[in-house]
Amino acid sequence: MSTTISVPVKDLRVAAGLSRRRKRVNRAIQALCTIATIAGLLFLASILSTLLWRGLGGLSLTVFTETTKPPGSGGGLLNPIIGSLIQTALGTAIGTPLGLLAGTYLAEYGKGSALSNAVRFISDVLLAAPSILIGLFVYEIAVDPFGGFSGLAGSIALAVIVIPIVVRTTEDMLRLVPGSMREAAAALGAPQWKVIVLICYRAARGGILTGILLAIARVAGETAPLLFTSLGNLNWSLRLDQPMASLPITIYQYAGSAYEDWVQLAWVGSLLITVGVLAINLLARTVVQGRR
Amino acid sequence: MFAAAAASSGVFVLALLGAIIIVLFIGSLPAFRAFGAAFLVSPTWNPVKQVFGGAVPIYGTVVSSVLALILAVPLSFGIAFYLTELAPVWIRYPIGTAIELLAAIPSIIYGMWGFFVIVPIMAQYVQPAIIGTVGDVPVLGDLFQGPPFGTGLATAAFILAVMIIPFIAATMRDVFLSVPVVYKESAYGVGCTTWEVMRSIVLPYTRVSVTGGIMLGLGRALGETMAVTFVIGNTNRISPNLFANGNTIASLVALEFPESQAGSLKLSALLALGFLLFVISFAVLAISRLLLRPQRDVK
Repeated sequence: MSTTISVPVKDLRVAAGLSRRRKRVNRAIQALCTIATIAGLLFLASILSTLLWRGLGGLSLTVFTETTKPPGSGGGLLNPIIGSLIQTALGTAIGTPLGLLAGTYLAEYGKGSALSNAVRFISDVLLAAPSILIGLFVYEIAVDPFGGFSGLAGSIALAVIVIPIVVRTTEDMLRLVPGSMREAAAALGAPQWKVIVLICYRAARGGILTGILLAIARVAGETAPLLFTSLGNLNWSLRLDQPMASLPITIYQYAGSAYEDWVQLAWVGSLLITVGVLAINLLARTVVQGRR
Repeated sequence: MFAAAAASSGVFVLALLGAIIIVLFIGSLPAFRAFGAAFLVSPTWNPVKQVFGGAVPIYGTVVSSVLALILAVPLSFGIAFYLTELAPVWIRYPIGTAIELLAAIPSIIYGMWGFFVIVPIMAQYVQPAIIGTVGDVPVLGDLFQGPPFGTGLATAAFILAVMIIPFIAATMRDVFLSVPVVYKESAYGVGCTTWEVMRSIVLPYTRVSVTGGIMLGLGRALGETMAVTFVIGNTNRISPNLFANGNTIASLVALEFPESQAGSLKLSALLALGFLLFVISFAVLAISRLLLRPQRDVK
């Protein structure tokens, strides 16, 4: 009799040990995952606090009122700020209509066709394509043949980055518009383009706007595509056919310099651009949340 | 009219990609003609003698990106696991948003942060400590040698890892959430722990998409320019030592292109490297898309 009892007891002991081990493994991995998340948050905190710590000290009104000057003579970031605004605005203005139309094609016209699948696929690949190669591409088509770096070439490079972002969000948002709304409009005799422009765009307005905002936030901080297109310009210039300054390029030039005041201005520029980009990102999120 | 405009915009996107490939390829023809296949394996980069080979930047690009993945994948998995299963519900959205904001920070800012914050930490603490402990171990020690500059492949890989974590973590989180609750609850019902449900139910169910997310991160890392340029040291030399300075295709192009004459062989060699980078990252991103696609259709 004693043997029949001793076997289950041994098994129970093994089972209890196994259970303890499984729980230990579980706890250990949960702890590691929590640590990973804390690490991710620490990276963000470290970047933001470094920017505030190094950038706030140099922030003054002259940053916005004076142009870039030779090292040692003060100066501000007026021309890079204006240059960035111009190129970002122009790039968005060129890229948005194309992206909007292509996204509309994917959602409304080309459902399931081979062409639309190809366009969707390529657009998604372009979304993550190395931006420096877009700079090389635009250099070859818009700088080299026309004999010089220009703000326009920089804007074109940024437009190429804007397009796939707007395509993706436009398609996604149009797909969320209920089919019954389209049918209701079509039943009243509206042609398809009217249905899309007057009904679908209006219904998807918030989402499409989010896409455009995200595109602006993305290109405002882009450096690599501007290196070989608008080049940067330490003098005041608003001409689109001339090299044009931009915040990211100026940060790049100043940060690598040996002059303390230039490095300081690079930090100020970094702070400005990060605050701007993150603010637009958060704004874009609230637009979507408000809509849903 | 409107339909035609929409369709032609779609075709324009296709044409854009075609144009990028063709333009880069035409630009790189002189270099390919001059050096042939040797361009891929030659480590020489000598503007004075007009001899150019891409082995060093290709090596640097692959090593820094793969190393970045090795660092980023476990961290991203941990974050996605935490955000989908472990965190209190109210905290998930703010933490998820914070992690996603890492993706919004411009590359140049990562460069500044890397150069002024991470490089000194690497030079003063991390590299001397690692060289001191495993530097003398045979084979493994070869990876961690030499003076602690702070810059180099390992530092670049670390910065790249931080930059791609949000992309991989966000993809993982989204696909983990797509697992039907019934499957998970059945597993909990027979007594599985949270980790066992993740390992035996969630991961097998989502492994294709998880791979797609990792490939997306790899594609991003391969072409990253500004952050890498700041911290990799920019030296055209191959060394097994991960703390040695090196370069990548993107960093070499960013630094050397402005100093190249239009129509020169050097410019063509840089375009050839750009073409190679485009082909590699296109392939990686295409695979990523293909892997992520079925998941999206299911939703």
